[in-house]
Amino acid sequence: MTDFTVKGLAEQLAAGKITSTEIVKECLARVAARDGEVKAFLEINEANVLAAAAESDARRAAGNILSPYDGIPVGIKDCIAVKGERCSCASKLLEPVKSPFDSTAVARLKKAGFIPFGRLNMDEFAMGSSCENSAFQRTCNPLDTTRVPGGSSGGSAAAVAAGFVPAALGSDTGGSIRQPASFCGITGLKPTYGRISRSGLVAFASSLDQIGPMTQNVEDAAILLDVMAGFDPMDSTSLPNPAGGWADAVRQAGDLKGVRIGLPKEYFATEGLSPAVAKVMEDAVNKVRALGAETVEVSMPHTKYAVAVYYIVATAEASANLARFDGVRYGARAESRDLLESYFRTRGDGFGDEVKRRILLGTYVLSSGYYDAYYLRAQKVRTLIRRDFEEAAKVCDVLMTPVTPAVAFRFGEKSDPLQMYLSDIFTISLNLAGACGVSVPAGKDPESNMPVGVQFMAPALAETRLLQVARSFEKA
Amino acid sequence: MEIDVDYVARLARIEIAPEKLEQLRRDMAAIVGYIDELKECDVTGIEPTAHAAKLCNVWREDVPGEPYAREEMLANAPAVIQGELIKVPQVLPGEGMN
Repeated sequence: MTDFTVKGLAEQLAAGKITSTEIVKECLARVAARDGEVKAFLEINEANVLAAAAESDARRAAGNILSPYDGIPVGIKDCIAVKGERCSCASKLLEPVKSPFDSTAVARLKKAGFIPFGRLNMDEFAMGSSCENSAFQRTCNPLDTTRVPGGSSGGSAAAVAAGFVPAALGSDTGGSIRQPASFCGITGLKPTYGRISRSGLVAFASSLDQIGPMTQNVEDAAILLDVMAGFDPMDSTSLPNPAGGWADAVRQAGDLKGVRIGLPKEYFATEGLSPAVAKVMEDAVNKVRALGAETVEVSMPHTKYAVAVYYIVATAEASANLARFDGVRYGARAESRDLLESYFRTRGDGFGDEVKRRILLGTYVLSSGYYDAYYLRAQKVRTLIRRDFEEAAKVCDVLMTPVTPAVAFRFGEKSDPLQMYLSDIFTISLNLAGACGVSVPAGKDPESNMPVGVQFMAPALAETRLLQVARSFEKA
Repeated sequence: MEIDVDYVARLARIEIAPEKLEQLRRDMAAIVGYIDELKECDVTGIEPTAHAAKLCNVWREDVPGEPYAREEMLANAPAVIQGELIKVPQVLPGEGMN
């Protein structure tokens, strides 16, 4: 299997060179060989994935494929529901829970013949930037196992980077797809808020959460977006706008003549931007100019408030969303004398330290006497951040920025929660604005040899432009 | 900024181990100190953004669908009575019937 991309596998399947069973067995063999070290997967139901592959092969033999991608496995982050499989969000509290239904994203993948392959590790309830907050295991960066894969979709990024699966699903609330993609040297797409239904995605911060593909290249990301995007009656916040056609659009991507690329000065002047990332960005700017793009400096003056706004809005929404985990109807219930004590113990035992910290912070900013000073004010500053994006869109087609201030850090390096939060500075604004963005590999830090991604950001619904620019950048 | 972590934890229904309280108090004070920077941002006359998508009042037809299988849903419950009811701990504190 020389070409392990989604598109490449589809071509080999169509040519009769391989079968789905062979692909799935190859994935299982790769996992067996190396996931003991990487620890990307929480669980793989071997019997199920092999049975699904056999069904796909039977469909293909009968000439009844569901799509050209029928029989291709996709890894699933453990906060995205797959019917009959466990869905723990890497939390002890949800460890015993099996999902009685498919998330819409997974249902659409299945309808196209894709095979959901395994549960991928993550920071508990998607709260974290390193995967160190999983209750179960520590996923390593496959490129240097002393370093984190990023988070919260760290298992997804590691599994794709290690070649365990051709592609995976992640979710992105403040950078949880783009940051691990950058740390592991793969492509990670955060679609426009509402593009892909959130039905069956365990909610962290409902006004920010978005499912997206994590792949080896931009074309594969476009293929998966085509399959998953579009209105879903099960999610009233999913967008009614026409969706699809991105894979075709990406195949037509040429050079960047006539494209105006905005460089927000606040992103480049950030304290703590490492020399390695600064150098990769400098090269990236030269590259897009060489491809014919015009670069324009733009200002997004409220960027400096993004982390603070995010840790108010996201924790406030999380404190409400995670209130449902009380050990009554599902999940691990702690032994107690009465119901009230059961709530306290179930949540005290079941949630990890970071999840507790965020629920408490969210509860605090929403509590009587503080609501106006924190939550309401943060929502107003969110308006200003959104306006920064709208103003920038008047003078450029896409924005180009770093994804993270530095390459993947070592385990335990960021033990202070606030330092960890500040590392999300370049990815958070996009979620607050509801726009779309993608991280694509752009270079390496010569010292550590770790990958560095570049982030392209475009206005809401502008995935076509976003993915075409990213593809032009990637292939040049 | 002094935060009454005990009080907030009670509101959130989370038991915090006593030996973790002090660290949590310090972490939260640092984070709240940081988010306090928002106070310097002028928000006069700015409308709040609650949501990124400009959608409101999304309706759908009220069409009955297939319910989930009861056994499947109850299989996730921590305790079940007679295969059809979710058992909860005693609701009122004190000496119980059990």
